[in-house]
Amino acid sequence: MPEASTTEAAFRVGLLRADGAIPEGVTDGAGRPAGRRYDVYRNNVAVALREALETGFPAVAKLIGPENFARAAGLYLRRDPPETPLMMQYGASFAAFLEQIDALRGIGYLGDVARLELAMRRSYHAADAVPFDAGRLAALEDSTLRAARLILAPSVQVVRSPWPVLSVYRYTMLPDQPKPQARAEDVLITRPEFDPAPHLLPQGGAAFIDALRRGLTFGAALTAAGADFDLPATLTLLLQQGAISDLQTA
Amino acid sequence: MSTTLKTAALVGIVAAAVSASGVQAMDQEKCYGVSLAGENDCAAGPGTTCAGTSNVDYQGNAWTLVDAGTCAEIDLPDGRMGMTAAALKDKGFEGIKRDLPEGLAEDVQAKYYDPSMMSDS
Repeated sequence: MPEASTTEAAFRVGLLRADGAIPEGVTDGAGRPAGRRYDVYRNNVAVALREALETGFPAVAKLIGPENFARAAGLYLRRDPPETPLMMQYGASFAAFLEQIDALRGIGYLGDVARLELAMRRSYHAADAVPFDAGRLAALEDSTLRAARLILAPSVQVVRSPWPVLSVYRYTMLPDQPKPQARAEDVLITRPEFDPAPHLLPQGGAAFIDALRRGLTFGAALTAAGADFDLPATLTLLLQQGAISDLQTA
Repeated sequence: MSTTLKTAALVGIVAAAVSASGVQAMDQEKCYGVSLAGENDCAAGPGTTCAGTSNVDYQGNAWTLVDAGTCAEIDLPDGRMGMTAAALKDKGFEGIKRDLPEGLAEDVQAKYYDPSMMSDS
């Protein structure tokens, strides 16, 4: 008999091996080899992780179909098992993994749809924040405004994509949606109340929000957002969605 | 945009955005007792146990997000009414005492509002 600690380590490693090898030292109550029981246990682990991925990436599952999703999930869960017992965080690298599968290369937007679904989930689990009083912003003079910093709520997420990622997501998940047009889409995810919601970002919006997140001033964020930046639409969206939690003036 | 902003239009644009944001999009609120089995909301993801877990139609302790103000107007069979989370909380309840899954503990049910009491009040 191997040491118990050796068997435990082999037990854990073997759970995610696809070759069906039974770790040495796994026995039933009467000391007989218990390989079939181990197989059942191993299968349950894999199914549970696959179902966690199905729950976390429903749009990806719909886009490629249940059989393809099960196959992709089976490969992924063995390559990237959870790093923490908190299953709501599982799948952080799933988008990049999907993009490496040759058979799925034809669906170019698939990885970004997965990123959008993961960002929605992160937004859901982010800390609460009370929106700041937007009236404070309107009261500032030009120079104070440019030097001020807008603090984003923790639930704010941005997904940038060269694909119509939000249109594809909505077309997949909601009834009566228009067919996605070929264009790039940046998505803002906010959680004004209980559940996260995705919004299409206006031109330059993603760069603006990214600059705010990096702690740049309002003026510097305007510059970072570029010449085509649609400030009125972006700012209105952020304020309507309660996405700004504080205003810091020097 | 950035060139026009240098002509001191920034303050005006920000003020306009602030006032435009006061026009809220349709709010949503939690509405209990209106979801079909397996179709209650929740975006929590794996490892959590809320979305799609209702197993009775119009389950009294499951909620769905609906447009604010429409919860009690949703057409439901046999005289059922939806109730908002806020209305239930005002009365000190956490759900509606009807269409519950079997085997729900008494002390849990005690926290649910009994709609048959409505005629008394």
